[in-house]
Amino acid sequence: MLELKNVSFGVDDGGQKKEIIKDVSFSIPDDKLVVVTGPNGGGKSTLARLIAGIEKPTKGKILMNGEDITDKSITERAKMGIGFAFQQPVRFKGLDVLDLLRIAAGKNLSVGDACEYLSSVGLCARDYIGREVNASLSGGELKRIEIATVLARGCAVSVFDEPEAGIDLWSFQNLIEVFRQLREKIKDSSIMIISHQERILEIADEIVVLKGGVVDRHGPRDEVLPFLIGTSSAINACSVLTEKGGDGK
Amino acid sequence: MKTLDAIEKRLLVEVADLHKVPEGAYNIRLNSASAGRRSTENIEITPKTDVSGLEIRIKPGTKHENVHIPVVMTESGLKETVYNDFYIGEGADVLIVAGCGIDNCGNQDSQHDGIHRFYVGRGAKVKYVEKHYGSGEGAGKRILNPVTEVYQDEDSAVTMEMVQIKGVDDTERVTKAVLKAGAKLVVKERLMTHGKQNAISTYTVELDGDGASADVVSRAVARDDSYQKFDAKIVGNAACYGHTECDSIIMDNGKILAVPGLEANSVDASLVHEAAIGKIAGEQITKLMTLGLTEAEAEEQIISGFLK
Repeated sequence: MLELKNVSFGVDDGGQKKEIIKDVSFSIPDDKLVVVTGPNGGGKSTLARLIAGIEKPTKGKILMNGEDITDKSITERAKMGIGFAFQQPVRFKGLDVLDLLRIAAGKNLSVGDACEYLSSVGLCARDYIGREVNASLSGGELKRIEIATVLARGCAVSVFDEPEAGIDLWSFQNLIEVFRQLREKIKDSSIMIISHQERILEIADEIVVLKGGVVDRHGPRDEVLPFLIGTSSAINACSVLTEKGGDGK
Repeated sequence: MKTLDAIEKRLLVEVADLHKVPEGAYNIRLNSASAGRRSTENIEITPKTDVSGLEIRIKPGTKHENVHIPVVMTESGLKETVYNDFYIGEGADVLIVAGCGIDNCGNQDSQHDGIHRFYVGRGAKVKYVEKHYGSGEGAGKRILNPVTEVYQDEDSAVTMEMVQIKGVDDTERVTKAVLKAGAKLVVKERLMTHGKQNAISTYTVELDGDGASADVVSRAVARDDSYQKFDAKIVGNAACYGHTECDSIIMDNGKILAVPGLEANSVDASLVHEAAIGKIAGEQITKLMTLGLTEAEAEEQIISGFLK
């Protein structure tokens, strides 16, 4: 279980202090999938980076299974079982997909095991295992490989930052299936997904709405979702395509 | 074959992946003398009589045979210039493994200047692998100045892998290639310098015939206080295609100078150059740290992948 207690985070914006996260408290319980949604610029990605340790809170505490991890480094948190899938996956010249999966697994993963992780994110393993994780891969392919690295870690807490960002509708349909399966195998772990997508919100156990850096709403899916339908916090993928000029906001 | 000691054996593994006497033709040069040599029916290795070095003659049509000519130096203060000439017959398809390992524990400089000339016959295919490696704690420098000249006849194909990852203090590498019609050259260079090392690599590739092509790609890492210069020039004299790429990572106080050069003397020549120098992207390190590596481990992974 991961707990955020009165977490705040601010940056220096041209001499002025700007608070991006303001006194946020909620927890991601074991065996639960929590989706964090809300308008753009509401602080969602910052929250994910605070959990992974990439940013440090200016106030408040982050606890994992009761242990204070606020001052722990990215590496220490990763070793404790926190996984983080970047919104924009990083490219590496020279490292191939198998290298990355092996680093993620922390052991000399067999090709067969690596293939299983790739298959579970809908990639034909044979075509990808030896591919360099560079600009030759499409946004959707990179995104799936990014998710596969988090799967290969077998995390206690997995955080996915807008898995739908930058991928096409076809890939998105498949991604929903990946997360549905993740939810089924959640046992003894917890998942946090940052997303605006209605179909991801539909598989959540709990929904947190972050607006202007504060928790606007938090509760079980069935309680929160009705407030979100038709707003920018719960986009229907097809309506984005049909609304002329719609940018999904 | 002379019996080798532990250091000599280690150097052979580093430069030529040789754990035992190689199959096929070979010459192992140890401290300026031959420690073992074998010719085969199709590949003849003979010592030169006027200067130090070998003549390697590969019969036309020779297929899937190997030549190993590694050099090992373990005596401090040795300085040598060696001329090796390769004559590769028409239609042959061979692998040539060279490379030099210097272990210098003394205070005097050790230096090996290998001058390799390749005369590649029509339609022949050559893969050339050259690794340079230095070790030893002595104050004496380990110096390697290889010169490689390649003369490719029509429709021949040469792939060269040049690797220098560790321990060579000073290197000035000169590579020159001249290609006739339909000939193809691919060069993959991997270079890492550290400490106060200096490395200069100069390429001149002349594409003289229609349909000739060259692809010269260098990936380099300069760490600590080391310095590198990569100077690659492709000259297009016909309807040809040339591409050169220098992709470098700098760390600490490393310095790299990339000097791209393209010269088109024919309106049908198509020449492309790419060069990029920069430090390791912070987000790459962050990503690997989220997978459980420390910052130092992440850096090592990124570099070893980059130089793969």
